[in-house]
Amino acid sequence: MAFSPASLLTIQNLHAGVDNTPILQGIELSIGYGQVHAIMGPNGSGKSTLANLLARKNGYEVYQGTITYLAEDLLSFSPEECAWKGIFLGFQYPVSIPGVSNIQFLKSAVNATRVAQGKPPLDAIDFLNMIKEKTAKLDMPSELLYRSLNDGFSGGEKKRNEILQMTLLEPKLAILDETDSGLDIDALKAVATGVNNFRNENRSIILITHYQRLLDYIEPDFIHVMVNGKIVKSGGKELASTLEEKGYAWL
Amino acid sequence: MASSKELDQYLQREYEAGFVTDIESDSLEPGLNEDVIRTISAKKNEPPFMLEWRLQAFRHWQKLKEPHWAHIHYDPIQYQDIVYYSAPKTKSSVNSLDEIDPELLKTYAKLGIPLLEQERLHGIAIDAVFDSVSVATTFKEKLAQEGIIFCSFSEAVQNHPELIKQYLGTVVPYTDNFFACLNAAVFTDGSFCYIPKGVRCPMELSTYFRINAAATGQFERTLIIAAENSSVSYLEGCTAPRRDENQLHAAVVELIALDEAQIKYSTVQNWYPGDKDGKGGIYNFVTKRGLCRGKSSKISWTQVETGSAITWKYPSVILQGDNSIGEFYSVALTNHRQQADTGTKMIHLGSNTRSTILAKGIAAGYGSNSYRGLVQVSSKAHNTQNYTQCDSLLLGSHSSAHTFPTIEVKNNSAKIEHEATTGKISEEQLFYCRQRGINQEDAISMIVNGFCKEVLKELPMEFAVEAQKLLTVSLEGAIG
Repeated sequence: MAFSPASLLTIQNLHAGVDNTPILQGIELSIGYGQVHAIMGPNGSGKSTLANLLARKNGYEVYQGTITYLAEDLLSFSPEECAWKGIFLGFQYPVSIPGVSNIQFLKSAVNATRVAQGKPPLDAIDFLNMIKEKTAKLDMPSELLYRSLNDGFSGGEKKRNEILQMTLLEPKLAILDETDSGLDIDALKAVATGVNNFRNENRSIILITHYQRLLDYIEPDFIHVMVNGKIVKSGGKELASTLEEKGYAWL
Repeated sequence: MASSKELDQYLQREYEAGFVTDIESDSLEPGLNEDVIRTISAKKNEPPFMLEWRLQAFRHWQKLKEPHWAHIHYDPIQYQDIVYYSAPKTKSSVNSLDEIDPELLKTYAKLGIPLLEQERLHGIAIDAVFDSVSVATTFKEKLAQEGIIFCSFSEAVQNHPELIKQYLGTVVPYTDNFFACLNAAVFTDGSFCYIPKGVRCPMELSTYFRINAAATGQFERTLIIAAENSSVSYLEGCTAPRRDENQLHAAVVELIALDEAQIKYSTVQNWYPGDKDGKGGIYNFVTKRGLCRGKSSKISWTQVETGSAITWKYPSVILQGDNSIGEFYSVALTNHRQQADTGTKMIHLGSNTRSTILAKGIAAGYGSNSYRGLVQVSSKAHNTQNYTQCDSLLLGSHSSAHTFPTIEVKNNSAKIEHEATTGKISEEQLFYCRQRGINQEDAISMIVNGFCKEVLKELPMEFAVEAQKLLTVSLEGAIG
């Protein structure tokens, strides 16, 4: 049997920032297989910094600490290596690329990832069958596949498209950064259903959110509260309602 | 940002068409005077009217000054140091492709233009111009069955002097500009095409220009005439070896569309662009103009310009016939130290004439990319329309894009629209692609091709694929 570390992701004493300005100040976090962790906290507490850092976005400096992902040093990965090794970041603000159709982008992404993982690329027909099935599950009109990527998409369409990409790429760790922001209740339900269908014992999820609302639809195993670049409180799902009542000030 | 540094390190790939063919050539000594022109004319066994026209052009040219209004910078061109005629020695007149020097066939095969296979495989007729002369024209007989004349310019002068006399210089007279005038004096070959009345040309016609010899200028001339109610789609491609010296290419293309005729002219220009520090490369000073002479005629230019150290080129349409249509679709890419000043002129003389301009400029490295356009509506042209869209995409922080549009309208019924945008490939776009597993190189290529999509779709299918690849290769080593 292949060596399998106790947890999928372990962050130890992580200090990081941008332009010599520290943002994360000693993060400790461990994500086990199949677990869903919610990270909550006020604006500016460093949640998105953590998400971007885990996807190895350029421009962040790590001053101290380690991030271990499947027994490897995550900080040595390039952004595309992160993707190939199964880390997915659902963007708070998905970017648009005019002239590149959504389906062309999705196919490039799926096949680039498959090839990097040593799998054969999907041909046009297999890919089309796969994407039809997945869009139907997300209640996404197929017309969206043929428009330019995220170009003129509504907020709800963009977020559904993020979830579609997640289900196509089948990551081991999905980090969803404020996936609930700007969604009406129907879109929120559709996104939550997509995430819940995606959940299984081999897939872990980090949900980053401001609001407890999302957690009514996606039930986390753990909730962490982040304030000023530190996790100040961790607990079970019941922590959400306490936060809803009392806000963050009491922490 | 750290990522710009990473972009800086973006892979370098060399210009793939930069090899030299080792072939004996018959070249004149460098320099330009009336004797050189007489020699060229004599070598080509031209009738007296051609020599006379060349000499008139040369005398006029001596009175002209090289124009410097374009947004480009280069060292002075030494016109007396240029070789004005160079031809592969083996060529006298070949009757079939079997007689062509195998070295030449190999050259074209290496460039992906296998003259022999092409005939069988692609159904594209090709005229191959090597340095100063046309070395092969494929499919001639098949086209002749339809009454189509497709041959080298030199052959046309021999076999169809009446057509040459009638049309040569009618769209671009030798008095037009400095470079066109030089071309008229010294041009050595090119392609000629005549589509008779009512004939739709059954295949793509194509000319492939190759500069091989050192210190040689290439001055070719293309003349296409589409008679009443005929149509043709034409494509030209160009490459040159990698050399440290700059080489001059000053071509002229004239298109003439009679009543209800249609000409579609596509260019994939990949002359050697010089190295990353701007050493060497082709100076591409080209005059291309189409005349919609007949009513309801149509001329459409599509160009993908990725090569040359300098590009100075404004494929234009004179909309003389009522209800005629002019189109210009362009992608110009400049990387490293390349400079392009390119665009179009749409001259509306007839009523109900319409024109469309869609220009996409991409500047990377220290590249400079300018769009220069003129839309002119004469007082007698009623109900004309023009739509212009110019978009620029910048990569890195040292590249530049400029737009110089001019609109001159003398008739109140004209409808003119102009839109322009300038954008950058953002870090966010690149990160988004990379986060989805698409590596940086492929991501840039995807974004650039998306940006050019509306233009690329105007190209014939095979060439659209070629052009996409070329854009990708040309961007490598791009971003600074």
